[in-house]
Amino acid sequence: MLSRIAESLFWIGRYIERADDTARILDVHTQLLLEDAGVDETQTCRDLLSCMGIEPDDAAKAGVDLDAVTIDQVLRLLAYDPQSSCSIAAIFAAARESARGARETLTVPMWEVINTTWRPIPSGHFEALRPPYVFQWVRERAALITGTADATMTRDEGWQFIVLGRNIERADMTSRLLATTALSNGAGQWTSALRASGAYDAFLRTYRGIETDRAAAEFLLLDRLFPRSVIFALNRAEQALDNLGGDPRRAGFQDEAHRLIGRMRAELEYRALTDLVADLPDEMERLQRTCAAATDAISRRYFAGAEAVAWKGVGV
Amino acid sequence: MFEGYGTGGPAYDEMFDGAQLRPPYLRMRDSLDKMSTPELITRVEALQASYLDQGITFDIGGEERAMPLDILPRVIEMDTWTVIEKGLQQRVQALEMLLADVYDAGNVFNDGVLPRKVITTSSHFHRQAATIRPANGVRVHVSGIDLIRDNNGEFRVLEDNVRVPSGVSYVMTSRRAISAALPETIAQHRIRPVASYPQRLLAALRAAAPAGVADPTVVVLTPGVYNGAYFEHTLLARTMGVELVEGRDLVCRRGEVMMQTTKGLAPVHVIYRRVDDEFLDPVHFRADSMLGCPGLIDAARAGNVTLANAVGNGVADDKLVYTYMPDVIRYYLNEEPVIRNVDTWRCGEPEALEEVLDRLDELVLKPVDGSGGKGIVIGPRATKAELDELRGKVIEDPRSWIAQPVVQLSTVPTFVDGELGPRHVDLRPFAVNDGNRVWVLPGGLTRVALGKGELIVNSSRGGGTKDTWVLAGPTSPGQQQQQQQQTQAVEPPVEAAADLPITDREVS
Repeated sequence: MLSRIAESLFWIGRYIERADDTARILDVHTQLLLEDAGVDETQTCRDLLSCMGIEPDDAAKAGVDLDAVTIDQVLRLLAYDPQSSCSIAAIFAAARESARGARETLTVPMWEVINTTWRPIPSGHFEALRPPYVFQWVRERAALITGTADATMTRDEGWQFIVLGRNIERADMTSRLLATTALSNGAGQWTSALRASGAYDAFLRTYRGIETDRAAAEFLLLDRLFPRSVIFALNRAEQALDNLGGDPRRAGFQDEAHRLIGRMRAELEYRALTDLVADLPDEMERLQRTCAAATDAISRRYFAGAEAVAWKGVGV
Repeated sequence: MFEGYGTGGPAYDEMFDGAQLRPPYLRMRDSLDKMSTPELITRVEALQASYLDQGITFDIGGEERAMPLDILPRVIEMDTWTVIEKGLQQRVQALEMLLADVYDAGNVFNDGVLPRKVITTSSHFHRQAATIRPANGVRVHVSGIDLIRDNNGEFRVLEDNVRVPSGVSYVMTSRRAISAALPETIAQHRIRPVASYPQRLLAALRAAAPAGVADPTVVVLTPGVYNGAYFEHTLLARTMGVELVEGRDLVCRRGEVMMQTTKGLAPVHVIYRRVDDEFLDPVHFRADSMLGCPGLIDAARAGNVTLANAVGNGVADDKLVYTYMPDVIRYYLNEEPVIRNVDTWRCGEPEALEEVLDRLDELVLKPVDGSGGKGIVIGPRATKAELDELRGKVIEDPRSWIAQPVVQLSTVPTFVDGELGPRHVDLRPFAVNDGNRVWVLPGGLTRVALGKGELIVNSSRGGGTKDTWVLAGPTSPGQQQQQQQQTQAVEPPVEAAADLPITDREVS
């Protein structure tokens, strides 16, 4: 597979997941602000922006004053404004741009579902959708794209790159959901986080109705069976890297990205939960940095064709 | 539906002869007459929405637009098509011989058929291509020779396109879209299918592989997503099942071309390139080009890779060379041209120039190396200032201009702004040469000028397309009995790559 195409597929996986998860995180917080009058809007919005990677400079450039930021401004930056690179509108546009560059490799249904997801953005129909319906719409579109990929793509290298991108992004974004939830001071914020992940019922069944913040964090972070948990996503990413590398070795792992992700997963699993939840936002930031480093390693190995050659010693 | 359809004017209308319906359109009229205008409008809207959803678009200045497809197909009779097919095969053969000759021995110059300076002064003549001998002798793997129908209904060649002719994707997608939009109408007709084009093209590309390569790797080379025809490049790569590469995906090493994959470098043998000559190889052409790959020309010269179409083909597209084509056909094939040229004055010849300058306001002036309708001046529609400017340009550089009488392109009923009206069309049939046989795609791209009375059909100038139906049987029932004994036009299977499945399956 062409390196350029592999890169596009990896990013399609990431973008679709990112749009999905951004919608879930926004859903939690808009709901919290509505339901709980005790929540400090400015503080919540500030935390939200910083967790989603919007720096104070970016906010200032977009005309948002962090000392008086409102939820409407947050929605503009993270959902509607195509100029803001973290917005759902910009993410869908980027996914579509990647798909356009890899169009001959994508299945026809796959291309069409990505293209029709993007079309409401330039036409203005997307902006007309308001919360909470807009979040539902985004989740449904993402599910449609993921389902179409699952139903129509052959399980070749391209598929592995989509799965890899999706799971790295999911680990990253679930960690952001955990961080924002931990920072929030509203009552029942963990219930909302669970609901946003579609995990509430599964959580209640698993923990037999005992609802504590600690248990909820554990479920979203460490549950091995729940598909949106950080551990589940890291496991899947490792599997995909394994399938791509295809190099069975008796000792250790040769692939840099594999090493980074495996080490992070082991650390999360083997550390005491108390330590982890004691400083959840910082722990989660560390996880996000690992995901970024793993992405760099994947780019170097698979997407930069010239470097791969030098490394393998072919040609020249 | 067709009441109040006014043809008028000198142009040949393909559906109506005055008030009289022409026979090929009988079935279409009958089936459309049952439909109300509002229903047709509903179908037109569904058609446009489906094109946007599928992303069937072209780019103008970075803006993506849906290709306008008119709902009414254009019908071409079987017998008419047989002549077109023969004419195109003849012309492609002559063009192949001409290109092989001008880049090598040059007999056509020595025998006084074509002045050498006509070729060497062409802006598309590339010395870099001299003496490169393609593996199976083919330089014009794909051609899109533009035809028009004059006031008497006779098909004529308007220009030759043997560099990187585009538009074939719209032929395939429009057939699909129209069968969804007009299922009842299409069921009334027997139409030659168009869906086998990618297999034909792939077979021709494989047949052109360098000697000794048993299972060649074919790729399509695109300038990238911002190219106007990017949609077409993706469709062709996908339906042929080959990689679509950009220049940055390719590397040349020791005269061989390779592409960068996730598993290292993989060899490439045949490049169906959709990048113009000038941008193909910064070593030999424009040094600032980022679209090509340094070393391609040398690899082609070394015989390690085949470029399709060949470099340097542009001389045959030169509109001054076009004027010599009837003689060129007679010279190489010893035959009369099956399809005639449009009458043309060469401004480079003093007597012709004098006449052209006298009649500037009644002729069409075309730059010899233009494409996409660029630079064309239609005398009767130009202002005095435009004509004066043109006069200056022609006097300064007469070699670069030809003149033609204003040919009224034929008209076909077209649905614009809620009503039917006659609109001018041309036809670009596509021919694929695999070295054994020139295969012509039945139909081709009908481009239609959507503005009333407008004569320039290019999509970059507001043109649309029409599905083009070549009938598979005789037109009227009477003829049917008469011709029952005759064998039907059955295509021989692809010879060059018999292992490839040739099916007329739907292309999506």
